[in-house]
Amino acid sequence: MSEAVRFCGLELDHRVINASGTFDAIAAQRVFGDEIVLRFPFAAFVSKTITLEPRAGNPPPRLYEAPAGMINSIGLPNRGLLGYLEHDLPQLAALPVPLVTNVMGSTADEVARLVEAIDARAEVAAIELNVSCPNVETGLDLGADPRLLGRLVDEVRPLTGKPLIVKLTPNTADVAAVAQAAEAAGADAVSLINTLRAFAAHPDGSGRAWLGAGTGGLSGPAVRAVALAQIAAVSARVEIPVVGMGGIASGRHARQAIDAGATLVAVGTESFRDPLAGERVRLGLDALEHPRAAR
Amino acid sequence: MSAALPPDGGSRTLAPLERRLLEVVERREHGAYVVLAAEDPDGPAPQPGQFCMVAAAERWGAGADERPFLPRAFSVLRADGKRIELLLEDVGPGTRRLCELRPGDGLRLLGPLGRGFSAPPGDRRAILCGGGVGMAPLAMLQDELLAGGRDAVVLLGFRDAEHAAGAKLFARARVATDDGSAGRRGLVTELLAEELARDPVAIVYGCGPPAMLETVRALCERLEIPAQLALEAGMACGFGACYGCVVPLREGGNARVCVDGPVFDAERLASCLAPGEAA
Ligand SMILES: Cc1cc2nc3c(=O)[nH]c(=O)nc-3n(C[C@H](O)[C@H](O)[C@H](O)COP(=O)(O)OP(=O)(O)OC[C@H]3O[C@@H](n4cnc5c(N)ncnc54)[C@H](O)[C@@H]3O)c2cc1C
Ligand SMILES: Cc1cc2nc3c(=O)[nH]c(=O)nc-3n(C[C@H](O)[C@H](O)[C@H](O)COP(=O)(O)O)c2cc1C
Ligand code: FES
Repeated sequence: MSEAVRFCGLELDHRVINASGTFDAIAAQRVFGDEIVLRFPFAAFVSKTITLEPRAGNPPPRLYEAPAGMINSIGLPNRGLLGYLEHDLPQLAALPVPLVTNVMGSTADEVARLVEAIDARAEVAAIELNVSCPNVETGLDLGADPRLLGRLVDEVRPLTGKPLIVKLTPNTADVAAVAQAAEAAGADAVSLINTLRAFAAHPDGSGRAWLGAGTGGLSGPAVRAVALAQIAAVSARVEIPVVGMGGIASGRHARQAIDAGATLVAVGTESFRDPLAGERVRLGLDALEHPRAAR
Repeated sequence: MSAALPPDGGSRTLAPLERRLLEVVERREHGAYVVLAAEDPDGPAPQPGQFCMVAAAERWGAGADERPFLPRAFSVLRADGKRIELLLEDVGPGTRRLCELRPGDGLRLLGPLGRGFSAPPGDRRAILCGGGVGMAPLAMLQDELLAGGRDAVVLLGFRDAEHAAGAKLFARARVATDDGSAGRRGLVTELLAEELARDPVAIVYGCGPPAMLETVRALCERLEIPAQLALEAGMACGFGACYGCVVPLREGGNARVCVDGPVFDAERLASCLAPGEAA
């Protein structure tokens, strides 16, 4: 049996959640019916990234299959804050697990408005801040610079009493320094890794980009080793809990992320190959932790 | 039997949440195509036009270019409650690996997925128009229409005679080939234009390469004839999770081919061509 875990004051049934943007519980119900609610694979549901205004996302093609993984340039399509609150949240509230809403803004003011609006909703248990958004002035990801990130978290921290998880970008020189800045500014947890910036050459050999947006983000087994190193580096430098993700596809991989310092693990790309990947990872993890009970 | 054709906007057959491990029981070659049949005792009856995400149970990975990694989308060719048939054309590492499978080998299959074809409105005559491997979802549609006592004209276009051998999968079909080595020399859309000129009280069901579908779409739009088109798109998941498979809609915004399609009413589509692609 899986053991319950406490995470930022939340009581979760087990340690496995979904990675933002890799599971759509509403679409899954259209495809699988109520079975997805009765047998929900995750201990919490993390929404895809929500922005203030609706976004259409990037032009196709949005997917490229890479060795042991994929490169995506989805471009964070979403209904925008109002659409999420009015359309998605009431449906998500019917899920049997706590909800985490992932938000992103390109300025501190935008992030503040998102955090305030989500804070007002009792259905949401925690907020995850996606900081892989280019800063309008520097062009660097907001989450790439410890100083910029610290300032951002400082500004929005007082706006919510809900747990605030900062989702770190791996595309930075010193991810542990960024994690420390988030902790110092009052983040309750950090999650990592997001996708690694990546380029997919067109299969026709012309050298031009395959993805509609030019570049994308690499995920899946290909990033697991990088994820483990970053999870370990961050865990060594912060006291707050860490949500580990990046290429987790089995109980053994989850165990490795936990050994590197993660409290929770998130399953992303593997759910595309198998909608029950989250359940499979949890059962595998249980079997490793209680080898006799699993027999 | 497949599930009955739903009325427009009717419900879809839901997929079991679990990927099923199926045993291949038959492999047939039809010219350039391979038909794989697998035992699927627990599979619900799919609707014509629905599809599955499929991977080989063993050695899925590290082929050419170190792929495949993700499962691949295939229309249900036929399903009868005990077995399911898929039609494959070897175009890359994923389809090549699946074409290698032999009776006794295992498949991992998730489905049926997506929204399939709906019944012809009123007494419009059904014209099924397929290009190449795009004929796959039309076979079960023809079976279902004929079983329901309706007419179903099938028009198929192929590169050459080797591919046209696939037409044998249909109760009856008229064929066009690019090189004239089987059937009429020319495009299947020319057969369609003639058929529609003869009797325009029709509905067109189409599936095939983007350029062919775009011709079908434009023709039906001009003649004000309803059409249901089954689209393809690169897919990672097949169940709405990744947002990778979008097509732009005429009304604005995008739809996900895997959950909002793969079958769309033609009037909802701005174009069947990928951006920047020439007809
Ligand atoms: C709903 C639906 C139903 C389908 N039904 C059928 C069917 O019944 N029968 C059938 O044979 N096929 C069907 N297809 C198409 C089938 O899914 C593809 O042919 C298959 O996925 C190709 O995989 P592959 O590895 O063999 O080839 P790939 O190498 O993936 O090549 C296929 C195309 O993908 C692109 N591509 C090349 N490399 C990459 C890369 N690294 N990443 C991303 N894209 C790349 C290129 O445009 C290439 O032409 C269907 C597709 C959909 C969406
Ligand atoms: C298709 C796709 C969409 C994603 N969308 C989001 C998103 O909306 N917000 C976000 O914070 N991360 C997003 N991610 C990143 C994942 O949450 C995760 O950090 C990353 O994929 C690494 O985990 P994995 O290797 O298990 O997929 C996305 C990843 C993929 C592959
Ligand atoms: S294939 Fe993933 S959303 Fe359609």
